[in-house]
Amino acid sequence: MKLYIPPQLTRLALAFAIFISLFLVLRHFLVPDTFGQYGHYRGASLIDNAQPEIHYAGQQACFECHQDIQDLKAQDVHSEIHCETCHGPGQKHVLSGESSDILKPTGREFCGLCHAMNAAKQKNAVFQVDLKKHNIGKNCIECHNPHQPWEMKK
Amino acid sequence: MSQSTSAMGNEKIKSSRRKFLKSAATLAGATIGYSWLKSSQVLLFAAEPKDESLPWYGIVIDIEKCIGCGSCAKACKKENDVPIEPFFFRTWIEQYTVKNDGSVNIVSPNGGIDGFEQTVPDEDIFKSFFVPKMCNHCSKSPCIQVCPVGATYDSPEGVVLIDEKYCIGCRYCVQACPYGCRFIHPVKKVANKCTLCYHRLKKNLTPACMEVCPTGARMYGNLRDKNSELVKFLKEHTTQVLRPNLNTGAKLYYNALSSEVR
Ligand code: HEC
Ligand code: HEC
Ligand code: HEC
Ligand code: HEC
Repeated sequence: MKLYIPPQLTRLALAFAIFISLFLVLRHFLVPDTFGQYGHYRGASLIDNAQPEIHYAGQQACFECHQDIQDLKAQDVHSEIHCETCHGPGQKHVLSGESSDILKPTGREFCGLCHAMNAAKQKNAVFQVDLKKHNIGKNCIECHNPHQPWEMKK
Repeated sequence: MSQSTSAMGNEKIKSSRRKFLKSAATLAGATIGYSWLKSSQVLLFAAEPKDESLPWYGIVIDIEKCIGCGSCAKACKKENDVPIEPFFFRTWIEQYTVKNDGSVNIVSPNGGIDGFEQTVPDEDIFKSFFVPKMCNHCSKSPCIQVCPVGATYDSPEGVVLIDEKYCIGCRYCVQACPYGCRFIHPVKKVANKCTLCYHRLKKNLTPACMEVCPTGARMYGNLRDKNSELVKFLKEHTTQVLRPNLNTGAKLYYNALSSEVR
């Protein structure tokens, strides 16, 4: 017995087929190439995210030319503090070697960022001084060597 | 005579229409076929292969060690070209002060970049501490789920990243993040957030905030490697994630977290 398919159904099926094809064609052009490579996102975006230039060179890069200062620093309480914590981003300076490309911090407020009295700082985390009492009127680095704080300058 | 001409004309139209339909169908068929060949996973975008050979990053912040110097927040802005003003932060520090009467004072002037001053007099303070905040790099993150275009995602290393070229700046994710870690970049006008310095990780450098932290209060490491410093730390300390009730799968663990922290 021959199966009877009503003509409106065939037409409907045709319409569906056309719409689905159209959808797939549009999708083909609209979805970026690497979309879905690793998940529901553009795989090439991982490469984009790895692209930006670095500004902080990392402490190891400084040792190449400033081993003397590292040797000083390693002997004292600031040994765990990396150069760029105080000197700011150094990648430009590492590439150029120019002193104008790096910061040289000064002032009592700078040391105070870490050493000023604050009840929120845990007692054993850092040594705190009262900036309003500790040798006022003088810059910290006039007495303390920033790289070797207990090596007092005379 | 006139009838036969019109019949011939119809014939012509019919044959050219058939030709057109034929070539159109071939073109469409070829494109569809190619689009299926190109990526058989056209309908399977949700499948996410996990590469066990890559690290799976987690973060620890030790509140007992943080001294609120703001080095991390400053370095983060400089490393990632986030404008110093207006006040948007990928990482920032909050100073919590619990007073003797039980009230809690939370301040974060300029994200902590310029340091903190304790405004509550000593005799009123019950306890006080700093809480550095940043993206929790959740493994079941709400921000990814709400993105309508797939512009934010969990990288194979477990770092939640943004596709800046694909983001439409609709701000859904900014609202969805329960930790307030996202913002719209004032220059690029697309969503922006901590990437765990993905560009540095790929060059075997530590994230900028961890590079500059003077007390080692911030740590990151491979959660898959059971011998890593991070996993050892997690085993030896009682750590907690923020808002565990939301089940975001946060991978930023705080040591010594107080219940006042929100
Ligand atoms: C390629 C070698 C090189 C590297 C790497 C390097 N420096 Fe230097 N740096 C120099 C030289 C050369 C000078 C002296 C410039 C002068 O005296 O004019 C200098 C000077 C400085 C100064 C003093 C600037 C001043 O105003 O007197 C600082 C601070 C400094 N470097 C910090 C760093 C830090 C931090 C790093 C690591 C990120 C670093 N340097 C890496 C070559 C280097
Ligand atoms: C605690 C903050 C701090 C750290 C950490 C630090 N510096 Fe310095 N550095 C300073 C300050 C402050 C000065 C300015 C000293 C002055 O003007 O007398 C300075 C000056 C310098 C100078 C200029 C020459 C000199 O001796 O005065 C160089 C070079 C330098 N630092 C390199 C380094 C390097 C390399 C490191 C990492 C091994 C480092 N610094 C780590 C605070 C720091
Ligand atoms: C980025 C934070 C930071 C900055 C900036 C900083 N220090 Fe320190 N400093 C520390 C830490 C952390 C320690 C404690 C190290 C430890 O406990 O092992 C310390 C220790 C010291 C000590 C020893 C305290 C003691 O009782 O042993 C002195 C002195 C000192 N710093 C002076 C300075 C001076 C002077 C400056 C400014 C040039 C400065 N520091 C800038 C973080 C900082
Ligand atoms: C006149 C020289 C001088 C100046 C200027 C100076 N200091 Fe000191 N600092 C000392 C001496 C001496 C000591 C050790 C005796 C003491 O505790 O007073 C000391 C001790 C310290 C200690 C350790 C405190 C402790 O309890 O162990 C810190 C931290 C410190 N100074 C930071 C600073 C900072 C930050 C500045 C700048 C705001 C600064 N100093 C300016 C001479 C100086």
